[in-house]
Amino acid sequence: MEIRRKVQAGTMQSSDLMVFVEPAEKLIIEIESTVIKQFEHLIRAKVSEVLDRLEVTRAAVRITDRGALDYAIEARLESALRRAATEG
Amino acid sequence: MVRNSLGRLIPESFNGKNVIPFSDPFSLQPKGFRASRPLTRLNPGQKKLLPGLREAIQAAGLKDGMTISTHHHLRNGDALLAQVVREIDALGLRDIRIASSSIHPAHAEIIPFIEKGVISALECGVNGLIGELVSRGELSCPITVRTHGGRARALISGEIPVDVAFIAAPCCDDYGNMNGYYGPSACGSLGYAQVDAQHARTVVAVTDNLVPYPASPVSIPQTMIDYVVRIDTLGDPKKIVSTTTRITTDPVGLQIAKYAAQVIEAAGVLCDGFSFQTGSGGISLAVADNVRTLMRSAGIKGSFGCGGITGYFVDMLEEGLFETLFDVQCFDLKAVDSIGRNRHHLEISADMYANPFNAGAVVNRLDAVILGATEVDVDFNVNVNTESNGYLLHNTGGHSDTAAGARLAIIVAPSIRGRLPIVRDAVTTVTTPGETVDVIVTERGIAVNPRHQGLRGELLRRGLPVKDIRQLQEEIYHITGRPRPLEFEDEVVALIEYRDGSIIDVVRKVKK
Repeated sequence: MEIRRKVQAGTMQSSDLMVFVEPAEKLIIEIESTVIKQFEHLIRAKVSEVLDRLEVTRAAVRITDRGALDYAIEARLESALRRAATEG
Repeated sequence: MVRNSLGRLIPESFNGKNVIPFSDPFSLQPKGFRASRPLTRLNPGQKKLLPGLREAIQAAGLKDGMTISTHHHLRNGDALLAQVVREIDALGLRDIRIASSSIHPAHAEIIPFIEKGVISALECGVNGLIGELVSRGELSCPITVRTHGGRARALISGEIPVDVAFIAAPCCDDYGNMNGYYGPSACGSLGYAQVDAQHARTVVAVTDNLVPYPASPVSIPQTMIDYVVRIDTLGDPKKIVSTTTRITTDPVGLQIAKYAAQVIEAAGVLCDGFSFQTGSGGISLAVADNVRTLMRSAGIKGSFGCGGITGYFVDMLEEGLFETLFDVQCFDLKAVDSIGRNRHHLEISADMYANPFNAGAVVNRLDAVILGATEVDVDFNVNVNTESNGYLLHNTGGHSDTAAGARLAIIVAPSIRGRLPIVRDAVTTVTTPGETVDVIVTERGIAVNPRHQGLRGELLRRGLPVKDIRQLQEEIYHITGRPRPLEFEDEVVALIEYRDGSIIDVVRKVKK
């Protein structure tokens, strides 16, 4: 999947997350989270899984997480990526 | 370092004092006598009114290394502590300890004075930024967190000798009679300050509402007040309410509340003479609402409601569902209004409320208490002091006191908060020992302490979703994932004192 434009998905509410995606030369992943100390490993694993599945190899992905569960991370990230892959 | 009975590593001494490791909630015995105050004499014609705080500090003879106190009935609206600390600094005093009944986020104003060495230790728990900075190692100020009953015990036993108590007096005369019922800074009960008035070496009443003699009714009498000072403002009573004091509308919270009320009913305590305490959180109030409905429909007349009193309990008193309210602290302005008006809304001291070392505290007569938790663990231990980042952000309040005293101590909490599971292998910080916690209620299931097999059976018989605590934990972890434990340095920045003065846990500096 090719990232063509800058988009965002999600909210800043508790138990949700904001995902910001934009085109980049390589894959950049930045994660901020209210539960970074407890769950960084799981958040990273879920993000990588979604990027692999959608075959995204070049993109800047920035996540601001407010303690979202895995299914929410997957849904928000996939929405953002699919949105970013369409023409504006 | 030594290990206490809960396996927590405790230093042998802290800030120059020897530490007693916690062993169990009930067996530590007090020794000696109640501490007292020096005798004094005031002859006819002598006056107590001084022009300002500075003069009062001087008259009280405050010196480097001494201890002061204030009370926190105005909670986040309190303006007195910061004014006192500024005057102490202006007089050039250093190394002063604060043994107030609590410190709130508004008191972040005193941080520069901690950095400057004016304030050198906190003999009381903290809410907010000071605890965070101390946890990060960015502010050097040893903290001893005490329960409300434990603080009363520490003052009464003389363990913490308070040299000068500054009592915010919302309605006060020039001879020191005071109450908290009336005036622009009315806060209701002065329950915590009553202990200071009896046990501090010198007691200063500070008021923004000086009334003609005598102030009436008298909550703290003239016989205990050495000096009276008038200042512009004690603070803002509108900031007493720090959390929502409305019944939750969140379906998760409502489900928890429904289960909790059913547990109270199943435990067989809901009959005439029922006594009850809840906090002011949205779920606690929803439990109270369910209990109120059960009491109404069964025609039950309760004996007393206790604690920090909310307008919700005032309604139950006025409706005749309770005979009496025991009030150590008003949690909202409706309670403040009631205490000056309702004859059976009684002001009680922190000693009477919760001190384990007297001839019997009110908490011992509680049938049920509803309490919150940041985390619980598989041994039913509860943490309310440290948050998910490991910072010391909350004071204990009456949590451990009421859990120990009540026949039925129920913890209510959502199973997941922002991905964090409520049930852990071991809580980050033990505030309240599992031995005193009877039931943990979440929307996903109810865990009963294995000490209460009879109650467990009754809940099952009534079709309630009882689960083994480990089973509940696994169900929650299945959704959240398994959290990594927080990492800490070895350095101890705060003690968590149990109500009897033994140390149940410590807070360590958080690893960067």
